[in-house]
Amino acid sequence: MIQKIIFAGFGGQGVLFAGKTLAYAGMDAGLQISWLPSYGPEMRGGTANCSVILSDQPIGSPVITTPDILIAMNKPSLEKFENAVVPGGLIILDSFLIDKKVARDDVEAVYIPAKHLAGEAGNENLGNMVMLGAALKHRQMLQIEMVYKSIEEHTPKSRAALAELNKKMIDIGYSR
Amino acid sequence: METVFDRPHALSDVTLSYCPGCTHGIINRLVAEVIDELGMEGKTVGVAPVGCSVTAYNFFECDMQEAAHGRAPAVATGIKRVHPDHLVFTYQGDGDLAAIGTAETVHAAARAENISIVFVNNAIYGMTGGQMAPTSLVGQVTQTTPYGRKVENQGYPIRMSEMLSTLQGAAYIERVSVDSIPNIKKAKAAIKKSFQCQLDKKGFSMVEVLSTCPTNWGLSPEEALKWLRENMMPQYPLGVYCDRLQEEVEK
Amino acid sequence: MEKKVLMKGNEALAEAAIRSGCRFFFGYPITPQTELAAYMAKQMPKRGGTFLQAESEIAAINMVYGAAGAGARVMTSSSSPGISLKQEGISYIAGADLPCVIINIVRGGPGLGGIQPAQSDYFQATKGGGHGDYHLLVFAPSSVQEMADLIGTAFDKADQYRMPAMIMGDGMLGQMMEPVAFQEERDPSSLPEKPWATTGTMMKRKKNIINSLYLTPEELENLNNDRQKRYQTIMENEVRVEEYQTEDAELIFVAYGTIARITMSAVNMLREEGIKAGLIRPITLWPFPTEAIYARAAAETSKAFMAVEMSQGQMIEDVRLAVNGKKPVYFYGRNGGMVPDQEAIVKQAKQYICK
Repeated sequence: MIQKIIFAGFGGQGVLFAGKTLAYAGMDAGLQISWLPSYGPEMRGGTANCSVILSDQPIGSPVITTPDILIAMNKPSLEKFENAVVPGGLIILDSFLIDKKVARDDVEAVYIPAKHLAGEAGNENLGNMVMLGAALKHRQMLQIEMVYKSIEEHTPKSRAALAELNKKMIDIGYSR
Repeated sequence: METVFDRPHALSDVTLSYCPGCTHGIINRLVAEVIDELGMEGKTVGVAPVGCSVTAYNFFECDMQEAAHGRAPAVATGIKRVHPDHLVFTYQGDGDLAAIGTAETVHAAARAENISIVFVNNAIYGMTGGQMAPTSLVGQVTQTTPYGRKVENQGYPIRMSEMLSTLQGAAYIERVSVDSIPNIKKAKAAIKKSFQCQLDKKGFSMVEVLSTCPTNWGLSPEEALKWLRENMMPQYPLGVYCDRLQEEVEK
Repeated sequence: MEKKVLMKGNEALAEAAIRSGCRFFFGYPITPQTELAAYMAKQMPKRGGTFLQAESEIAAINMVYGAAGAGARVMTSSSSPGISLKQEGISYIAGADLPCVIINIVRGGPGLGGIQPAQSDYFQATKGGGHGDYHLLVFAPSSVQEMADLIGTAFDKADQYRMPAMIMGDGMLGQMMEPVAFQEERDPSSLPEKPWATTGTMMKRKKNIINSLYLTPEELENLNNDRQKRYQTIMENEVRVEEYQTEDAELIFVAYGTIARITMSAVNMLREEGIKAGLIRPITLWPFPTEAIYARAAAETSKAFMAVEMSQGQMIEDVRLAVNGKKPVYFYGRNGGMVPDQEAIVKQAKQYICK
């Protein structure tokens, strides 16, 4: 099993954190994982992305040229990575923020108004977690309980409320 | 019989490498006397520069490090951070401190790095045979200014004491000279004040010592002292440029 | 070993250094090693250490010189252009026989180059870098865990042989997160004594001098020769190398660091296609695993070697010297911040094999 996921969006949308959450869950599940952010002036320009690989084999390159899953939280990210996704791959986009459809017909496209749903549930900045929930629903990478347990494990006790909120947001994406 | 004059303990019993008539030897001795008087030899680490005093690590009895050209304040910083209660001093010439090591000097002062610098200014590169220094005077003839230092080509000499005194991190800066007995006494008092400033954890201090280079100035030792008084002192007035020893150290 | 955590390579290096007893860090900001200095800035004050941002890389390495000479376990970190600036200090540190650790999170060059991962500082790291006859111990980890493991080794070996050690990573290893487990923390006061250091004579011993100046040629030559003898001992005892599937391999890759892990994936792909490939991964770049490579080159089974690097071909020179003409040595590399994937390596390898 190997899953290559790119999380992409604007800085501040929490794409790096969403990737980290998945990476931690993968690690706790006993998988090999890698997490690689974009860095440098690119970060200043407003777009951010990270590459997460989950695998049952040692991971060679942490660089993802052909993702199995693309989680796009803004239009430039969709435009940048759409054509790189493997045939049969999955593209999840925040339809509240991106007024565009996936042009390819050889990939599975999921539209989810993540920012809107997160706002309804109490914090519109947690669309990243809603998107992660959707990815976990559409691809069998990890048991959802495993992910929740991992979040509890790696959130400082002082911020337990935040962990609960993150789980709630993942559940929204997962249950939809 | 009573001993009325002796080598300071902190000054090693070796032949100094300076030219005859050069005032470096006096300054070395003053530093050693002060170390003795403060009773700090066992807890002192000195840093020698590149220049005429490059082998100064052989001249003092305390632990010594030899630094790369201009980097003595950075090396001293490393030592001081490891041994904050030790006395750490650098002994540097004008090329070392005011040309290649300007950045290290300025930033050690700006950081209020709790070290002492003995800055020997003789307005020339002595070790390499008499080239223009950053402190060479306008019109001064050197190997690399054979027609005299010209403002339109080489600009102006740097007054380090004045410049560093503008920095908040500097606690004590004084310019002295070793051209006469009274001035030698004042120079020693300044070095002692600088070292005491460090022991009191007041921050950065520097004593600039106007010094002669008879060999490369092409003068006799006596003429050199006269030249220092007549030419260097007007450009580099003696005195205390910065004294924040009475101020509370801002934290 | 403690529980695994997810950490960036840069942060893992910093944490592991502190756990190895390092309490002094002098640095200057540069991408892509920034997280290392930031981690030190945050942790050192809490753990009884000193973090100082110097005015330049030159000042930073000279602060390392001073602190190392004063007996401390000390390190600095930078990336390629900054490491070039440090070369003067590194030469002096080697000349004064001082132990320290220098991190180079390599980026593409020359000049300002780029900020993406590269291995184009191999010559600089292994063939001197600064002036004079000297070497650094050079460690090339290929995972975040190995970064954490090797830094303690680097400090210990630097102390043992009284010489600077370098950890050569790259932008990818520095930036990526992987699970990592750390060794138990060591108390700095439990580290071996350094009787040669300038700790103050306390009027109880003769003075110590830290110095690299020797104006008598005979004296300098003798000292240099003694150092070369030490280097010889190191070449005999400190080589670290990993071999993967080399036993029956016909095509043997030689790669280190980031590109080695990618090459390992390429070996697996080739094996699935029935091509007997293997990998020799130097973990120490100096001393270089010459004997391990020669042994495979001299064996009947091997047909060809291929150096894979994120440079225009630097380590290949040491591979060729090691293979010593026994087998052809091919090259595949990308540079300037390009990181080839396993498919590209496989494709290139097949071209050579089909020749």
